[in-house]
Amino acid sequence: MKLLKTLTPVLAAAALFGGVAWAEFRFPMPEFQSGYTYPEMHTPMPGRTNDLWDTVLLAAALGLAAWLVLKRRSRPAVFGLTLCSLAYFGFWRQGCICPVGSMQNVAEGILGVEVVSIAVLSFFLLPLIFALFFGRVFCAAVCPLGAIQEVVAVRPVMLPRAVDRVLGFVPYIYLALTILAVSTGSGYLICRYDPFVGFFRLGASLNMFLAGGVLLLTGLFIGRPYCRFLCPYGVLLGWMSRFSKWHASITPRECIQCRLCENACPYGAINIPTPDKTPLTAKEGARKLGVLLALTPILIAIGALTGLFSYPMLARIHPTVQLASRIAGEEAGRYQGMTIESEAFRAGVKTQDELYAEAHAIRADFKWKTALCGAFLGLVIAVTLASLSMAGCRDDYETDRRACVSCARCFPYCPVEKDEVAVAEQKT
Amino acid sequence: MSTDKAIRRRDFIRAAAALGVGGALWKAAAPASGATVWQIDPQKCVQCGRCATECVLNPSAVKCVHSYQICGYCDLCGGYLQPSAKARTTGAENELCPMSAISRTFIEDPFFQYIIDESLCVGCGKCVKGCALFGNSSLYLQVKQDLCVHCNECAIAKACPGDAYRRIPAEEAYLLKTRTEGGNAQE
Repeated sequence: MKLLKTLTPVLAAAALFGGVAWAEFRFPMPEFQSGYTYPEMHTPMPGRTNDLWDTVLLAAALGLAAWLVLKRRSRPAVFGLTLCSLAYFGFWRQGCICPVGSMQNVAEGILGVEVVSIAVLSFFLLPLIFALFFGRVFCAAVCPLGAIQEVVAVRPVMLPRAVDRVLGFVPYIYLALTILAVSTGSGYLICRYDPFVGFFRLGASLNMFLAGGVLLLTGLFIGRPYCRFLCPYGVLLGWMSRFSKWHASITPRECIQCRLCENACPYGAINIPTPDKTPLTAKEGARKLGVLLALTPILIAIGALTGLFSYPMLARIHPTVQLASRIAGEEAGRYQGMTIESEAFRAGVKTQDELYAEAHAIRADFKWKTALCGAFLGLVIAVTLASLSMAGCRDDYETDRRACVSCARCFPYCPVEKDEVAVAEQKT
Repeated sequence: MSTDKAIRRRDFIRAAAALGVGGALWKAAAPASGATVWQIDPQKCVQCGRCATECVLNPSAVKCVHSYQICGYCDLCGGYLQPSAKARTTGAENELCPMSAISRTFIEDPFFQYIIDESLCVGCGKCVKGCALFGNSSLYLQVKQDLCVHCNECAIAKACPGDAYRRIPAEEAYLLKTRTEGGNAQE
């Protein structure tokens, strides 16, 4: 206060001379007599952003992974590449930017909120395009999040099919929420709740460390829990991989039905043969199709309605909505004191009515977008039901193209492969 | 015949998917430009102190910068001295900066120069607040781009109560205050 007292005459003088055009400029800038020159400001340019080099490396790693999985068929080599990716994309580049998170930038780019650099765009697209041709080789050996889980999966057990299917629905919910959050400007959920980036950076909040630790501990026994039951990018990769041109196969030639690979996949991505199943007759098929077609709009409607009723809860992830409810609470005397946010708001020029109007608009935005998300999830359930009931007949052990991460774990189990190697060795 | 058809259908689906992905690329890349970086808009900063605590780096990539051109070179500096300071000296008990990162040197009567040692600064913004209250606001916080790891979602931006963080083109990586003819502070 003593300081303020000393300053008052200065302020008064400054105001009197009217030299202050900007509220901040309380004092006139000095005119030096001693030949003083202003020191340079230190404003270093960014050293490494997400530049072209990372894009090139990503493409090279994807190409190498595809070759190792499809041509070399070597599990140790794939695992070696996994370790390299973990070291570079994980610990050296500190897990950012990753293709998983880049989908949020791309979503913002499509919505016109943000400009997307070519590097980010290529990080998003390259793994998808590779999945379209070679399966999910990105998950196998390039993704740092997948790599850290691949390393810890030492004693994986197989989950019951039903549990796998039900938990496998969670990534779709996560995907819908992510897009919802991005489209409403609520932030990047994938990045905020990235369980492993804390390990890569050797620094995170306690909660995220705990979440990452729990996932890694789970990963000791349940293979790749994040990839299978959370990763929203895996959903997109699965869609691409479903229609991939080439894909890792358990056996290099013809399956001899030896059943040795039956328990080889810790990720539940091997489809077992269904020899007893007879193909549906045309009549049965038509009836089933009819039921599914009737069920689809019902499921979509249920999803949309759920969204319509749950949107106020979801809207709370938006910071402006949080602030509005905090301010309203403070005005009603429900809270003691102020948070930094409410203090900053009260110091600013925005009025409370403006804030409430803004929050109201955001809630309205959430309403129809949440309904859309619900409808999407309803559609996913319908398609899943269809794929379950319409599943065709299989004679051989095959990889489930959607779920298979092309990790090559099943290759050493196949005796045909070993036989081939032995023959080749005999020849030489 | 039927296998031929199946293969063709599969190819069609694949081509359609590739086309869809390509379309998304085109749409998203339409406003494309170079890389972006996070930066603080000094006009919006409320000096809450979170820059020092929320950054994934420790110490934070946010540092205080000094626009010498708009500094008043005051003897009685609101950014350097504590409000309760007994004397206008470089004594540690008078300094506002908890890290003692600002050095004060005499230039000519009655002007003093204040230089920030970036290696000591933690980005707490105490001096920024002092300078905003009693000075020309020539001290303000900026993200130092050589230190920043360029997170996809800046942890400080998410926690900033003043909404002062935004992405700007990497070529012009700072939002600096300069003096213009009219005497207005500008970015």
